[in-house]
Parts: sequence; structure tokens; C-alpha cells
Amino acid sequence: MAHRLPQRDRPWMIRTYAGHSTAEKSNELYRRNLAKGQTGLSIAFDLPTQTGYDPDDELARGEVGKVGVPIAHRGDMAALLDGIPLGEMNTSMTINATAAWLLALYIVTAEAQGVDPTQLQGTTQNDIIKEYLSRGTYAFPPEPSMRLIADMVAYTVEHVPRWNPVNVCSYHLQEAGATPTQEIAYAMSTAIAVLDAVKDRVPQGSMPQVFGRISFFVNAGVRFIEEHAKLRAMSILWEELGRTRYAVTDPRALRFRYGVQVNSLGLTESQPENNVQRIVLEALAVTLGRNARARAVQLPAWNEALGLPRPWDQQWSLRIQQVLAYETDLLDYPDVFEGSKVMDGLVDELLDGARHELRAVEERGGAVEAVPYMKAALVESHRRRIARIESGEQVLVGVNRFTETEPSPLTAEDGGILVVDPRVEEEARAAIANWRESRGDVTAQLAELKRVAAATDENIMPATLAAARAGVTTGEWAAALRDVFGSYRAPTGVGQAATPAADEQLRDEVARVSEALGRTLKILVGKPGLDGHSNGAEQIAVRARDAGMDVVYEGIRLTPAQIARSAIDEGVHVVGLSILSGSHRELIPDVIAALDGADIPVVVGGIIPEADVPALKAAGVARVYTPKDFELDRIMHDIVALVAERNAVQV
Amino acid sequence: MSGAELGARLRARDRTAAPAALNLLETRTARDEAARLVKAAGDGAGHIVGVTGPPGVGKSTLLSALLKHWRSTKRSVAILAVDPSSKRSGGALLGDRARIEHDPHDRDVFIRSMAAGERLGGLAPATRAAAQALASAFDVVVIETVGVGQSETDVAEAADTVVVVVQPGSGDALQFLKAGIMEVPDVLAVTKADLGAPARRAEQDLKAALKALGAASVPVLAVRAIPPATGIERLSQAIDAHRAQLDLAAKRTRARRLGALADFVHEHGERGLRTLGGRRAALKLLQQQDPGLDEPELLQRLSAAADG
Repeated sequence: MAHRLPQRDRPWMIRTYAGHSTAEKSNELYRRNLAKGQTGLSIAFDLPTQTGYDPDDELARGEVGKVGVPIAHRGDMAALLDGIPLGEMNTSMTINATAAWLLALYIVTAEAQGVDPTQLQGTTQNDIIKEYLSRGTYAFPPEPSMRLIADMVAYTVEHVPRWNPVNVCSYHLQEAGATPTQEIAYAMSTAIAVLDAVKDRVPQGSMPQVFGRISFFVNAGVRFIEEHAKLRAMSILWEELGRTRYAVTDPRALRFRYGVQVNSLGLTESQPENNVQRIVLEALAVTLGRNARARAVQLPAWNEALGLPRPWDQQWSLRIQQVLAYETDLLDYPDVFEGSKVMDGLVDELLDGARHELRAVEERGGAVEAVPYMKAALVESHRRRIARIESGEQVLVGVNRFTETEPSPLTAEDGGILVVDPRVEEEARAAIANWRESRGDVTAQLAELKRVAAATDENIMPATLAAARAGVTTGEWAAALRDVFGSYRAPTGVGQAATPAADEQLRDEVARVSEALGRTLKILVGKPGLDGHSNGAEQIAVRARDAGMDVVYEGIRLTPAQIARSAIDEGVHVVGLSILSGSHRELIPDVIAALDGADIPVVVGGIIPEADVPALKAAGVARVYTPKDFELDRIMHDIVALVAERNAVQV
Repeated sequence: MSGAELGARLRARDRTAAPAALNLLETRTARDEAARLVKAAGDGAGHIVGVTGPPGVGKSTLLSALLKHWRSTKRSVAILAVDPSSKRSGGALLGDRARIEHDPHDRDVFIRSMAAGERLGGLAPATRAAAQALASAFDVVVIETVGVGQSETDVAEAADTVVVVVQPGSGDALQFLKAGIMEVPDVLAVTKADLGAPARRAEQDLKAALKALGAASVPVLAVRAIPPATGIERLSQAIDAHRAQLDLAAKRTRARRLGALADFVHEHGERGLRTLGGRRAALKLLQQQDPGLDEPELLQRLSAAADG
């Protein structure tokens, strides 16, 4: 009976990406989720923790506890995992630049629970290249960042052998606009860069073991047949890579292991209930065929494009997984696509394209050296995607087609999102000050950390563990390394994006207003705070350039003071700010205050709940754009009109 | 605020006037006001330093390190970052300023991006006037341009000292230098000194090429601009040393004359130049003028000669 499995498969690991406000609150949430049948943990850290700043740092403002939980020291980690037996848990941590540090805190917390590191199971995301390309939570330059990753791999293979030290991410590439071939090729290139870096830092002969510990974190969009083919193509390439480049022969080590969070880019703010269907179909993409089925799945919530999901929203997504795993017959059968002409054809197509792109990256010296190339390619792909949506060629139900709708009862109460209590940040600031006072002297541990960081042939983990035990904070650990490694700004990729045939009428408008002003209309596109999601800002910058404006775009992670200073020094006519992390209520008024009366109108775009718009307008914001405003040209017309009005010239 | 007022504020070293001054200098429809600004600002004592080199050699990183050094010695610094972005659409993407690390609260640092003209490495129309006006208010005025080859010509006319930045392993600068496509710079900085042997080889090759061109005195300095930075202080000293041996008044007079000629060509084209009897004749005419005249005044003389 080749069409039935002798025994029904066990479900994949069922997780929910969660965490917010404080360690204690998140701990409660985790326990509730586990009681609901979730089988693994997935920790969302807040942006200061991800980028290595303490809650009282200037850059942390507005971000503490917002998109995840703040973890500033081992005390926070202990509170986060209180009552959760770490010897039995499988924990995924979405942490990259500061992964070595958070893993150390996790190990120290396990030790305090009496659990030996050899028993620990889980994953640190730890893929820095996609941080430069898409997600933006990097802290150090590429070279030392790759060294930290290699150190972690070398350390865990020996001391925490059941841990997945690196989850190579294709997920965020798709969020940044990657086509399936780009997603495959850039993720594989990243894996090669990591493995090559590790090669020099582990004993000879241990590469098969290392290879077997590398896992992937992928994305799945709503074109779920092609998306499934993509995963099959990835497993073929991965096995090939293991055999040819790293001489791996053990079939278990050669297996392509991946976890998944399905697509957020395609989730819409308009008619958000439609996102539920999208999420279900995307979940099918990663579970339907047994030969390329996910090891772990977490699904976004239906209301992600509106703001932060509430526990009930997340429960809905958890239940989607449980219906798929426990109610359907999905797990009863062998691979349902075996022998399918369509599937095999799609896989071959994707393999061809991916191999071509892999060579393009290799010719540029590998993933690290090719970051500018890949970034520019992603910005270009995303530009094309937006153009297809604007022209109606790509249909988004409820956005550019079938837009008529009844009022939604789902968003009637509290706007349908979670609002983090603003007191959380204040309390975290006070708490960290207390911690620093009571934990004792840590100068020796920080000095040792710097020494090891500068000595490139030593592994960073022992000194990091010692610092974690001594009570060093996240910001202190990262600051010590920044001192040695220097800071870094990733390429923005916008300079190379192609100039399409821009809207003639818009270009005429910009030219007329520029002529009337006497100099070219100049706009600053800024991303205040720690939010690294720069795709929207990049597209605005490229479109404004195409419309004929001079565009100052400096990338992510700028303080309100930096943005205001740039706006004034550069003599811009208008400032456009983009925030997706929910910190707009704090940061936007800060930018306006820092402009110090300069007569420059400010417009804001991003994930801004309707309820926050009046407060932003009252603070002096001229216009607010949300994901509903998907037509970039319309935003541009609006901005040109605003500048004309403020300068008393004709459009 | 009028051009005369802004110029006077710059002359009084009021650096907060810089943004408004630049707005005015960039305004194409306010040439007369801009001329009054330049006149009121006067010929500043600040050191105008051109920093140029091919894309990707680490100019911004080097400028960050130089800026840090200059600020540690209490010198005020203005940076004009001329961006080569595509002008196909008429728009430009200006993104360099964030790569130059600076404290946004420090009013003794001013950074302005300017969209370049059609020519790679060419200066934006207002760059020369801006550099001259800012030299009254700032101790150091940097003009940063991108390119190798012709680009130094423009910046060499406008700056007191030209630093060309190259990286090890890129033969372009060496070839251009040997072939005479690139003018001999005042200082050569070789970045990424941490690369070791390739950096030393680049340094030696450049020194040999300079010697062959009879310019052995041009300093070639290897620097590392990322932590731990090395060679930055020596680079700064070499830049200062060049300026110290310079006849600054003559250099500035020449800069103003060449600037006026460039502006004239920009406005009247080759045809206008022919009515003056060609480039050589135009330069002769400029050389006969009072050395104290500023650029807008010189431009007026040229225009008058062409009309009359």
C-alpha cells in the first residue's frame, strides 16, 4: 500500500512567535500557549534586545517591550522561562546580532534550573546577512559578525550538541520582495558563507556534524504550489551542496531541515479577515508534500498589518495549525507530489534560476561581499512587485480588486490590536538602573570580553558566558563589542534600482514645483528608532527619485535628533518618516520637537492604527499614510501638493 | 533672510547660518542674492580640502575618521558630499551623510549632500560658491566627490588641497596616473592598510609612479579607517603641511577665475566661449582682472565681454 503510510506521521512542532511588554507578562503568555497545545516556544525579543541596547538607551526610546520581550540580563531570562522545564522544551529564539549573548543567558538560566547544556534543544536565528539585506537588526560590521556566528557554531557543536546554532533565513528575503529563485539562491549563499567561516574554527573532520546542525527558516507566500516547489528545490540543492562542497555522506546530516513563518508581506490592512484564508493556504505550502515538510511552523495573525496581535488573534493562528495537523488527513500519506509532472517541472525551473543566481553571488566573492548586489536586486524585485499591484496585474483581493466591503465586526472593539502599556518602558528603565546597582562589579568580565573580541583566534562564548553569569547587561555586552568591532551601516540598495517609465504627470508636477521653488524639490525619507523594516521607506525613496526629487535617504536606525539635523542641514522641503514597529506615538513627536520650529512639514507612513492618527495630527504631522495607501504615485502627488501649499507656489 | 545678511553671519563665524546659506546658493532663481552672499562672506581662511576617489574605496569611512580627528583638535568642519546619483529622471538619491559618523548635537559640524551635474565626479553648480562661503565660518571645508580620472580636475580647481583615496589592488588610479589621465594629487591615501601585503604593494607602486612623474614629494599614506584606526593623524598632518607651503591667495584667485569660467560655460555654452575668442582668451581676460574680485563679479566681467 504505497499510497498509505504504515503509521500516521507525528505533527510538526507547533509554535507561536510571541513576547511583549515584560519578561513576566511574556512568561504568562507562554504558559497559556503551552496549555493550549503549543508544542514549542518561539521567543520574540524587542528591538533594543535584538540590536544590543539597554532599555534606558536613547535609541531604545519607544521600542521597549513593543515587538517582543525586553531581556537585559540573566534575571530577565530567568523570569521569562520561570516554571518552563528547559530540559524538555524546544525553544526558537529570533535573535541575530546578539545571538551569542542571548544563548549565553539561556544556558545560564538552564544551569540555574539544574539542566545540563547537552540537554538543551532549540534554535538561535543567527543569520546576519539577511539582517543587512532586509531585517535591519544588525549591530556589528560583516566580518566580526560572521566570526561571532562561527564561534557559536563551533561552541554549540561541542557543548550544546542538540542546538541549531544558525537558522539560515530565506523568510526575510521574501518579505523584502525576493522572487522564489532569489530566495533559494541567497539563502544557500548565506549558508555557504557560514559554513566556510566555521571550517577554520572547528577541529578537522567535524564538518559533517556542523553541516547537520544548520537549519533554515523559510517563508511561504500564497502562490502555494510554486512555494512548495521552492522547498523541494531547496532540499535538492542543500543535499548537493553537502555532498560536493563539504564531503558529507550521512543521509541524516544531509537532510534539509526547516522551520517556517508564513508570509506577512501579502497580508492586507483592508478587509483583514481575508488574511485568514491566505495564512491557511500558505500553511499548506509548507506541509502538503511530505518530502519537503516543515519541522516547525509558526503562523502570523490575521491582523498583523493593523498592529500587534492580541493573544486571541494568536490563538486563532495556533488553531489553524492544529486543525491541519489533527483534523485533516494530511499526515496519513506519503509524499502526494511524487511523480507529479507539474511539481517536477516547477522544481527544475526553480533549480535552474537559483543555480544562475548562486553563480552571480559566487562571482562577487560570496554572500558577505555580495550584500550590496543582493540588496539592490531585492529592492528592484520589490519595486516590480509594487508596480504589478499598482497596475492591477497582480490581484490583491480587497485592495486593488473586490474592494466593496461591509463594516468589520472584528475590528470594532479596541481597534482589533494589542496596545502595549506605555509605562512598560519607564518601568524597564528603572529596573535596569536597579540591576546595575545591585549586581556588583563587572569591569573584569567586560575587559576580558574585549580582549577576546580583539584576539580573533579565540572563541567568544566562554567570555560571554562569564559575563552573563556576572550580571552584565545586553547593552553592556554589545557596547564592549562595538568598541572593538566598530559600528556599521548596511547598504540601502536604493541607488541601483531601475528607473521605470515614471508617471509623466507626476514628473511634470515635480518639475513645475521645483522651478517655482528655484531649486529641486528635496525630501528626506527617514526611519527613526530601531525598526529595521526598511522596504517601504526604500520604495518611497526610489519612487520620489523617479519622480524627479532629490532624496536624502540614510537607511535605518536614526535618532530623532539625527533626522532633524539632517533635515535642517540638507535644506529639505518635506520630511517623510516610516515606522512599522509601533513606536510612532513616541518617536514622531520627538522628531517634530527636534526640528525645533523649523518650517518643514512632516508626513508619516507605516503600520499606524486609525486610533493613533488624531494624536499624530495634533502633534503636527501633516499627513498619515497606512498600508491602505498602496499606490505610491498617489502619495507622491499628495506630497508635492503639500510642499507647494506650504511654500505658496502653484502645482 | 537676505544674501548679504547670511554672508555676514558666516563671516562672523555663525555656523548656524550654513543651512540657509546653502539653500540660497542652490536657488537658481536667486543669483543676485547668492552673489551678495558670496561677497559678504568674503574669502575665508578655512582650509578647503577635496577628497575624491572611486566608489567603494572607503571615502566615507575615512572621512568619519578624519572628522573625529579634526573634532578632537577642536576644528569646525563642513562637508559637502557631492553625490553622483543618476540624473536620468532629474532626481537624485543622496545617502552618504549617514555614513559619515557625527554627533547630531554638534553645531561645529555641517554636512550637506549635493546632487552632481551630468558628469561623473563633476561638482554641483553651487559647490564652489558654497565651499568658498563656508570657508569663512568653518576651519575645514571638505568637498567629497566620487570618481577617478577626470573628476579630480573639477575638485582640484575648487580645493586648496586634493586628497585622492585609493584602495589596494585596484589598479585604476595607478594606470590613470601613469597615463596622465589623472592629475597628480596633493596627497594620496591608500585605505584598508590592514590588508597588509597588498596595501604595502599599492603604496610602493604609487610611490614609484609618482617618482617617474617627477612628483616624488607627494605623500602616499596608508590608512586604516575602521577600528583600530591607524595613520589618520599622519594623513591630517600631510593635509596641513600641503596647505602650509601653499600660496593660498594665488590659489584662491585661480579657483575663483576657473570657477567663473566654468559658470560662464554652464550658462552660455561653447558658443558663448567662442564669442570670447576661446578658452585661452577667456582665461587671459580673467588674469587681467583684479585678483580680489569674487566669482560672481568675474562671471559678470565675462558676460559683459561676451555681450560687448
